[in-house]
Amino acid sequence: MRGREEHLNRTFAALTDPTRRAILARLEREPGLSVGELARPLSPLKLPGIMKHLDVLEGAGLIARKKSGRTVAVSLKADPMEDAMAWLARYERFWSRSLDRLAVLAEAKEARLRESER
Amino acid sequence: MTSVTLVRRIRARPAIVFDALTTADGIAQWWGPDAGPVLLAEMEARVGGRFRVRFRLLDGSEHESGGEILEFARPKRLAMSWRWLAGGDDPGESVLSFDLREVDEGTELTLTHARLDSEEARQSHEHGWSGALDKLEKMFG
Repeated sequence: MRGREEHLNRTFAALTDPTRRAILARLEREPGLSVGELARPLSPLKLPGIMKHLDVLEGAGLIARKKSGRTVAVSLKADPMEDAMAWLARYERFWSRSLDRLAVLAEAKEARLRESER
Repeated sequence: MTSVTLVRRIRARPAIVFDALTTADGIAQWWGPDAGPVLLAEMEARVGGRFRVRFRLLDGSEHESGGEILEFARPKRLAMSWRWLAGGDDPGESVLSFDLREVDEGTELTLTHARLDSEEARQSHEHGWSGALDKLEKMFG
């Protein structure tokens, strides 16, 4: 259970960075891009910056790198992402629906209070 | 960062929203992920006090969570530790906080549920990558 939690924390930490999310979004559209191709449109980020982001993403188990000849192809690994999303979705749903009802309740109370203050 | 944050604008003054969050009466009327009933709501309205909420889902299963009040500043901020006492398979402790800010139309309420432990992902893994990323942009963005 501990290991699983740490794993999830790493996934979330990796996902908090907008550049890393942009990399993931790009890999979804274009699986198997090379590191060089990934770095190109994301300027002014230079290659070392990209490499660092890829290290974090790989450490979180979100991507895999495969070397073939002189190029390194990068692709998504969906499992940890799906895990994290399922977790987020569950609590988001819990609170979102709770707050919907809380708002209705509070707004009704406010209306009654205003009525009595008039 | 392992957390969920939700922001809502509510057309009611902060004191009313805060009381709905912190009274057993209030909690009984809104707590839970579906329209199933709250079976028990207890809240000791002070720092160090305990809270406990038991609810039943529409599928008949019962769940209970509880913890300790960490911050109690009416009507601005409420924070508590959170743990499933029954019916949840989330083993660890997390922190739930509510921040209330007075705005023209009433209250801007920010809920943060942080440092939640992992649990068996019971939801189906039907999210595709793009849907998942859209959702993340909303949550972190």
